[in-house]
Amino acid sequence: MSDLAETLPERARLPVGSPGERSGGWWGCLTLVATEAALFGYLIFSYLYLASQTTERWPPEGMPKLGPGIANTGILLSSSVFVWASERFVRRGRRGMGVAMLAIAIALGTAFVAIQLREWADHPYGLTTHLYGSLYFTITGFHMMHVLVGLVVLAFLLLWTALGYFDRARSAALTIGGLYWHFVDVVWLFIFATLYLSPYVLAR
Amino acid sequence: MLAMHNAIHCARRSTRAVIAPLVALVYQTNVRADAPLNYFLHADGPAATPTMRLGWALAALAVVVALTVTGLLVAAIMRRRPPPAERDAAHLQAEGGGMHWVWIGTSISSVALFVTLAYVLVTLESVASPRKTPELTIAVTAYDWWWKIDYTRTNRGEAGVTTANEIHIPVGEPVKIELRSADVVHAFWVPRLAGKTQTIPGVVNEQWIEADRAGVYRGQCSQFCGAQHAHMAFEVIAEPRPQFDAWYAAQALPHVADASVNAGAKLFLDRCAGCHAVRGSDASGTQAPDLTHLNSRRLLAAGALPNTASNQLDWIRHAQRIKPDALMPSIALSASDAAALSAYLRTLQ
Amino acid sequence: MTEHAATPAPLQRTLTIGRIEPGSEQERRLRELWETPPGWRGWLSTVDHKRIGLRYLVTAFAFLIAGGIEALVLRVQLARPDATLLTPEQYNQLFTMHGVTMIFLYALPVLSGFSNYLWPLILGARDMAFPRLNALSYWIFLFAGLFLYASFPFGEAPNAGWFNYAPLAGLTYSTGPNIDIYALGMVLLGISTTVGSMNFVVTFLRMRAPGMSLDRVPVLVWGTLTASGGNLLAVPSVSLAFFMLWLDRRIGTHFFDVLNGGRALLWQHLFWIFAHPWVYAVVLPAMGIVSDALPVFCRRPLVGYLPVALSTVATMVVGFVVWIHHMFATGIPALALSFFGAASMVIAIPSAVATFAWIATIWTGRPVFRVPFLYFAGFVFLFVIGGLSGVLTAAVPFDWQLTDTYFIVAHLHYVLLGINVFPVIGGIYFWFPKFTGRMMSEKIGRIGFWILFAGFNIAFFPMHIAGLLGMPRRIYTYAPDMGWNTVNMITSIGAFLFAFGVLVFLWDFAYSLRRGPVAGDNPWDAPTLEWSTSSPPPPYNFAIVPRIASRHPLWEERISGTMRSRLTEGYVLDQGREALGTTALDGDPDVILKMPEDSYAPFWLGVASLVFFSGLALTAWWLAAFGLAACGAAIVVWLWPRRELGQRDDTAHPRESGATS
Repeated sequence: MSDLAETLPERARLPVGSPGERSGGWWGCLTLVATEAALFGYLIFSYLYLASQTTERWPPEGMPKLGPGIANTGILLSSSVFVWASERFVRRGRRGMGVAMLAIAIALGTAFVAIQLREWADHPYGLTTHLYGSLYFTITGFHMMHVLVGLVVLAFLLLWTALGYFDRARSAALTIGGLYWHFVDVVWLFIFATLYLSPYVLAR
Repeated sequence: MLAMHNAIHCARRSTRAVIAPLVALVYQTNVRADAPLNYFLHADGPAATPTMRLGWALAALAVVVALTVTGLLVAAIMRRRPPPAERDAAHLQAEGGGMHWVWIGTSISSVALFVTLAYVLVTLESVASPRKTPELTIAVTAYDWWWKIDYTRTNRGEAGVTTANEIHIPVGEPVKIELRSADVVHAFWVPRLAGKTQTIPGVVNEQWIEADRAGVYRGQCSQFCGAQHAHMAFEVIAEPRPQFDAWYAAQALPHVADASVNAGAKLFLDRCAGCHAVRGSDASGTQAPDLTHLNSRRLLAAGALPNTASNQLDWIRHAQRIKPDALMPSIALSASDAAALSAYLRTLQ
Repeated sequence: MTEHAATPAPLQRTLTIGRIEPGSEQERRLRELWETPPGWRGWLSTVDHKRIGLRYLVTAFAFLIAGGIEALVLRVQLARPDATLLTPEQYNQLFTMHGVTMIFLYALPVLSGFSNYLWPLILGARDMAFPRLNALSYWIFLFAGLFLYASFPFGEAPNAGWFNYAPLAGLTYSTGPNIDIYALGMVLLGISTTVGSMNFVVTFLRMRAPGMSLDRVPVLVWGTLTASGGNLLAVPSVSLAFFMLWLDRRIGTHFFDVLNGGRALLWQHLFWIFAHPWVYAVVLPAMGIVSDALPVFCRRPLVGYLPVALSTVATMVVGFVVWIHHMFATGIPALALSFFGAASMVIAIPSAVATFAWIATIWTGRPVFRVPFLYFAGFVFLFVIGGLSGVLTAAVPFDWQLTDTYFIVAHLHYVLLGINVFPVIGGIYFWFPKFTGRMMSEKIGRIGFWILFAGFNIAFFPMHIAGLLGMPRRIYTYAPDMGWNTVNMITSIGAFLFAFGVLVFLWDFAYSLRRGPVAGDNPWDAPTLEWSTSSPPPPYNFAIVPRIASRHPLWEERISGTMRSRLTEGYVLDQGREALGTTALDGDPDVILKMPEDSYAPFWLGVASLVFFSGLALTAWWLAAFGLAACGAAIVVWLWPRRELGQRDDTAHPRESGATS
């Protein structure tokens, strides 16, 4: 395939330390995304398998209310936009804006958590009440844990950006953290579709 | 009143007259000398015979392939090669060459695999369901570590039968087995008659069996289910239709109280009826084998012991030694209690 | 010269091709940069893949011996009918832990050990992509193994089988902590497997030497890469299953709670969706070992490199759609049975490709009858038998008879010992010189091989017969009139003979460590890059970045007349711990990677994880919370951006930025 040995240049000017998207940490985060995506895949499989085998009414407490779920979907999607924007600002040297974008993203993420906690409290059932409760709280619970970890990650990114660690040349951490946050976002779409939307579709 | 009493005695005696020689007969035809679970050399019904033949074909194929490939391997190692051209003994060969091995070998293997697959699917189709719809359905519920056998009302309007660890079926007729579990996952397996199926709590599985000839066929739980998985056997006894009907009629009869064993009956009610049932008496426990016709069965404790009076006492007194951790406790009995209980049990024909 | 806080790392640098002579000042400095300090400090903080790889090997072998002793006790109990050496509870704990130990604590870690040690060397790299993550994966493996074994002294070892079916493993039927230990220990171990897999995947993508395009990568790398990719997708299934089981048991959820809508079969699906790909993960790297090492003893490159590499990947891919063949007897509808039965047969085809490639390599080559060759040839034989018994079990109606009998036990041992243990021992004989600088003994090696080979077949071949005679698995004893007495006695004798062979091997190993003849760089005259380094290799692996022109750099000159690879001159990277990152497909130079110094963070994170899981096992929530917080702290310290790794620049001088992405 490659005859590089003959043509490798005597001198090569290469970046030192991984820049941006091609950093080792980015690839590592991508493999983390792959394995965590598989985890959520198996959670969703478990939900659909158990729902398909149930002899009771499903969901037992009636169709899920879509309001909070839709709101949360919007909140999470927009937070991803701000994370992406923050990375672009820092890469253009505008650190202040980068910090501000991260702050907004964190605020939105916190709003997601608050709304979901409220939604949890409003349910008349809990983790151990019945099978549906076990599934619902475990799946949203796993996601919530990922959101919380993501918020901690964003908080540290905010701190490090404010401390001036990142600039045009060095911003791999932002890309990597951003990748994780976008993953958490996309997974939510699948969870929303499964827990909130599929009962309506499958009820036919 | 007396006529009825006489009639019942007659029925009981004739039942015994039928059953005792039958037991003796099947005891002789039971192939206990050979491995009773050997399904590779013995298949005794249409749910098992095609599989056995498939097994022979597969085993033959495996032997041929193993010998061929091993032969090639040995030949590759041992074959004489011309001495290396240079003096250098570490003469290396270029890459390339030998690919035809891979193509030819893989092609032949693939063809063999696909032909085998076709035969497998044909066999699967022929053993998956019986040719005609079974008239008889037996509900088997697996417990830790015994088998509850229920014959529900047949379409001849006969009363149901409940027994444990011993299944009777008529020869030459397909029988549907409904499989349930009362606790954990077990598996129902009577190798000479059919493959195995798990009994899964919360689910009803089904399989069918059919025996071509009369005999005793041993079965075994074959899904690890805890401490006494090793001692959870059962027997399927196939007999000609008339004998099966007679057995069934006898099993359907409730127990008739016998005043001469009242002491033992009371003992039974106190100590055993919490778990065991004897239909026709006040004993109606549901967690352990139904003992109404205990002495009609060949084995005790899910195949652990032959069913004799002394083994019955041994089991009652030392269950935990015979089957450690089984749910049957070892029950201490004084000599007189043991005699009374034994006398009572003798009436459970 | 190590970087200090004052000067930021340059954003670009020009690399020049040069030489570093052994014994020169430059080489001495390079050695100092990469060497792990001696003593317990170095022991706890090293990130050197070679040391981590050796640890994996030693620890895995310790677990192999533990699992072997468990097996021998089982075989004493089963040698005769109605034996009373063990109570049912003791038997159940022993056979469960035998399975857990061998499958989880030996089979994959031993291959991780080989791969960790060898990958950077055979890829021409200085270390793995994530050296600290590498250390973490070892610590968590060790702690998870100790966690699982801590249950034994309390007599509370897992006892529901390594497959741990619900509802037997649920709280109703398993009231003690046995299953909690198993469930939580497996989730912890899953973390080790996952981060290890991540490391291999990224190393493959980033760290290959220039010129090492995809078709020049050794087959061991394909095997481990495939296994790692498979694990990333499969391990979450079993981690989830075990976590859900723990939730059911201790928190009160209902996933497997049949009385409340839960399903016992959900466990079987999630478990086998993981466990089937897992069995390929524990054999594909070993097959890669044979594909790389056997040709050395045939004095020619492997026949069919490309088909073998492709068949490795194909086996893992198809391996994800055959899991139902462990569940043929669960009442699944016939259509599904047919599909999975067909897939289970088709998966034999890539194995046939590899088998014929190996035989062709021997046939067209010139065998050298050294000890490793014996193990690899024996492996081919055992592989064929194990594969054929597998084809028999893929035949659905026949599997309805075979499943859960000793036929399966025979099959699984032929594939696991035949395809993992035999290549591993052969691999140890092969790479021992590279690891230690000494050779193992030819004579003792031969004796050991034949004892192992004979013992193995005497032990496990009769199990096929026992299975065909109807002997079920997982029974602590059997009646004398079942027809199983003879086969069991033979098996038990064979097992002890095999164990004796293991002792012979261990004796050779220990003796050769001290007194084996000194080995040179390349005692086997092998072609791959690791044999171009000293035995053992220097801490920096390669003084300069080698450039690769073929699959067998050290044979190039003799096979094709010219040596096109460049192994003694190349880019010089010595401004601190540095490695060259290359592009994923072609292996073109891409970036100068700053590699981390030795660090205690992986060790502390491992300890904190153990504390967290111990808290969960004891349902001591405060302890678990403390452990979780400690994990967080360790991760923050670990990931804090560092200048010397090029992760931050706070001098606000973007002058040299130039081209950055």
